[in-house]
Amino acid sequence: MAYTNIAYVLAAVCFILGIKRLSSPKTARSGNTIASVGMLIAIVATLVSFELLDFRTIAIGMIIGAMIGAFFATKVEMTQMPQMVAIFNGFGGGASALVAAAEYFNPANPSLFNSSTIAISVFVGTLTFTGSFIAFGKLQGFVSGKPIVFPGQKPLNALIAIGLVVLGVYTVLYGDSDPYFYGLVILSALIGVTLTIPIGGADMPVVISLLNSYSGVAAAATGFVLLNNGLIIAGALVGASGLILTNIMCKGMNRSLANVIFGAVGLEQVTPGSGEGKQISVKSASTEEAAMILDAAEKIIVVPGYGLAVAQAQYAVREVADFLEEQGKKVLYAIHPVAGRMPGHMNVLLAEANVPYEQLKDLDAINPEFEDCDVAIVLGANDVVNPAARHDSSSPIYGMPILDVDKSKTVLVNKRTMNPGFAGIQNELFGFDNTLMVFGDAKAMLTDLHKDLKNL
Amino acid sequence: MDMINIFTVFILAIFVGFEIITKVPPTLHTPLMSGSNAISGIAIVGAIIATKVGGELGSWLGLIAVIFATINVVGGFMVTDRMLKMFKRK
Repeated sequence: MAYTNIAYVLAAVCFILGIKRLSSPKTARSGNTIASVGMLIAIVATLVSFELLDFRTIAIGMIIGAMIGAFFATKVEMTQMPQMVAIFNGFGGGASALVAAAEYFNPANPSLFNSSTIAISVFVGTLTFTGSFIAFGKLQGFVSGKPIVFPGQKPLNALIAIGLVVLGVYTVLYGDSDPYFYGLVILSALIGVTLTIPIGGADMPVVISLLNSYSGVAAAATGFVLLNNGLIIAGALVGASGLILTNIMCKGMNRSLANVIFGAVGLEQVTPGSGEGKQISVKSASTEEAAMILDAAEKIIVVPGYGLAVAQAQYAVREVADFLEEQGKKVLYAIHPVAGRMPGHMNVLLAEANVPYEQLKDLDAINPEFEDCDVAIVLGANDVVNPAARHDSSSPIYGMPILDVDKSKTVLVNKRTMNPGFAGIQNELFGFDNTLMVFGDAKAMLTDLHKDLKNL
Repeated sequence: MDMINIFTVFILAIFVGFEIITKVPPTLHTPLMSGSNAISGIAIVGAIIATKVGGELGSWLGLIAVIFATINVVGGFMVTDRMLKMFKRK
């Protein structure tokens, strides 16, 4: 047993070193390898040190799981990474809940501590499982990406929460009474669904980060059930990671976590902003005109948004940027923290298209750069470049940190239509004197723009 | 004593987590999520143990837990590696 614990400490050290190496893209890949070695150590140590293990069951489970995991890991498109992470979170939470459930049925005498940790682990794990599947469904389009709200939703959630507390206490006190336990599982599954369905597409970065955190908390709780340091340390690391990301995402939207979870922005809560009713007259430009403007520019900043991912336009934008750079122009990318559907979504897409990571700048680094920028190209981003966030206190996005694209000499905005952004508000940027709209699918527009640039 | 020790480990691990994760740049936030996700697959250790503890029902739950956790571990580390090898300098 002592050796096993040493192995778990070793595994934990590998996880910590692995995450530490994620502090730079140069060392990140080796960090991931170190973390996976840590996992291997933990698994092998467990297999050799526990007696009476059912090796046949374990082998079958591992082979099935490895095949499914490897299949999705190699097949998934980078644009689908948010739903991939969502569903993996779900499996992690589910695994923790199942382990705790198996422990519940363990004939050994449970202590009060043991049964309380089982209840917590089953609750968090099951909630993570169902919540993640709803998030996956929303991102994949199986479930409407719009917030789903209905009358009495909040009272219903409150009722489920009360039920959970009651059943949790009963499960702990009457450890041998299965109906309470099953009730706890069902209500946990239900609240995972009811907490996730009212959250809209653009708030997904928060939800995925939060579910990521929960999957860690669930693992740590299971560690308390089994009194296993390996699970506790790894779970605590993941829980902390998810929590930090959740916080960064909330700051990126200037909203509290409670507001994201219970606010259902984009539906009932949006009060008409002062921009409502004011017709914005926009100037539209063809790709030829856009090409001429870019030809005269020296410094260009590309602002990608979820529209870029939807159109799979990451390669097209790289080709345009390469062409412009060959002409001696400077090209940078401005990445808003909540651009896309998960933290870092845009960075991964652009990395896939071989954009060097030095060119990807975050909000604080890029905003001063707009002052002397000749052309900002906004690709499928909307709310993150809406100047109303700076001055219009009646706007639902008021106070949200935005990218100051309007400070550039010219702003080219590519959108498919004039439909307002996710927050349901018109973007005054589109009517600015220095803004030109280039309508069309991002990929098609960029391909045309590339041709027009070459023909100049 | 066991419980106190285990809480100590938990609390210290949270602090270590906050220290190292705040140093991860925004560019790597997606790989951080998928990588930490793979780490939360540590539940596989519990799943392996679970296959023996709980009688027939317990071992069925253990089997499903092993499948879920392995998906998480294998898929998580592989997809993170796939992403990280795309991050290149000029």
